Amino acid sequence: MPDLKVSKIPNGSVIDHIPAGRGLKILNLLRMNGDFDKTASLLMNVESSKMDKKDILKVEDRELEEGEVKSVSVLAPGATLNIIDDYKVVEKKRLDLPEKIESVLECPNPHCVTNTDEPLHASFEVTERKPVALQCKYCERKFTSSDLDI
Amino acid sequence: MKKNLISINDLDRSDIESFLSTASEVEELTERQAADVLPGYVLSTVFLEPSTRTRLSFETAIQRLGGDTINLAEEVSSIEKGENITDTGKVVAGYSDVCVVRSPYEGTARMLAERTDVPVINGGDGANQHPTQTLLDLYTIRKEFGKIDELKIGMLGDLKYGRTVHSLAEALDHYDVDIRLISPEETRMPRSIVEEVGIEDETNKMKIDDLDVLYATRIQKERFPDKQEYERVKDAFILDRERVKKMKDDSILMHPLPRVGEIKPEVDKLPQARYFEQASNGVPARMGIIIKLLGVDIDA
Repeated sequence: MPDLKVSKIPNGSVIDHIPAGRGLKILNLLRMNGDFDKTASLLMNVESSKMDKKDILKVEDRELEEGEVKSVSVLAPGATLNIIDDYKVVEKKRLDLPEKIESVLECPNPHCVTNTDEPLHASFEVTERKPVALQCKYCERKFTSSDLDI
Repeated sequence: MKKNLISINDLDRSDIESFLSTASEVEELTERQAADVLPGYVLSTVFLEPSTRTRLSFETAIQRLGGDTINLAEEVSSIEKGENITDTGKVVAGYSDVCVVRSPYEGTARMLAERTDVPVINGGDGANQHPTQTLLDLYTIRKEFGKIDELKIGMLGDLKYGRTVHSLAEALDHYDVDIRLISPEETRMPRSIVEEVGIEDETNKMKIDDLDVLYATRIQKERFPDKQEYERVKDAFILDRERVKKMKDDSILMHPLPRVGEIKPEVDKLPQARYFEQASNGVPARMGIIIKLLGVDIDA
């Protein structure tokens, strides 16, 4: 078994199988949601048997809120969320791309009403999964995952 | 639950047929009967960009039904003072029973529909949707032929940026029609729509003599980076008397207007010319839309 680069955490959340390069975005997302004074470790570009390379994020004494789980699902579809208690994984959940994505992404269409001063967040429906295709609820334009940088 | 008309993509065939049938019923009413359908009702228009035909035809529609209209004029609106569209729209919609909104920002009508209690009609939102135009276009076709299925329909001109042809193609996907796309290479219909609707007949030649319906749109100079290319291409798609006479005697020529040279005035007197009737059909079509959204029974 390869050496652990970061030791196991006693309690908290571990997000595994994050596509390489996305870990920092997720960390920033969590840091933006209120106080963030917990110990966090971010491993980047780790070798993986399931994917080419992955990032892993370990946050001690912190469980993700529902909104955060949805946001992470969008930024890292296919990632695994592990809830840790007393050094053991007590819950493991695969984070799949939700059917609707709200308030996490901006619409790339500059003429979309969500990009004006209106009090409105963009909302997307996932219309296809392989490859991922999304449609903005408001301007009805269709985008690929690369258009939305996910 | 309140009904809105925001996008053609929200409608299935039975929804479309329901709007068209109501428009037909409305046209059968006498003036007096029509004026008894919605007496005292108020339609508001929140038009954040200029419009002639759409606004005037909605005003006529509600007045013919016995109601009245209030209009937010974009040049003196509170939006100029900094109020956002949501607040302005909510206030104006709140003064009325049904609200028509036009905006350059795509998605405005859907946003307003979520935030008001009255039915909202999308009078056009940028390059996105103009569903009442599509319904009046379909109404025109159905009125002429008694049906929409089994027709051969050509779309000509700016198929790349033309909101009306995109929407018409998407609506016709509910019907059993043959669609032919006729345009220069630079203004071809977006591939996403061609694939979604399953259109196989595309050409840059004026093959119009076998069509039942030719829907023409304006090719705009600003779409062509090379102005000489525009000049060369533009003439290839102008409809003059000689070209239109080659169409079938019982076929029709439609255009959402305004036209700027792409249909010559000499065509107006030909039996195929239907664009002015098409514009007139906007009134019964919009009367039908208002009635359906308000859930009022014409026969009551």
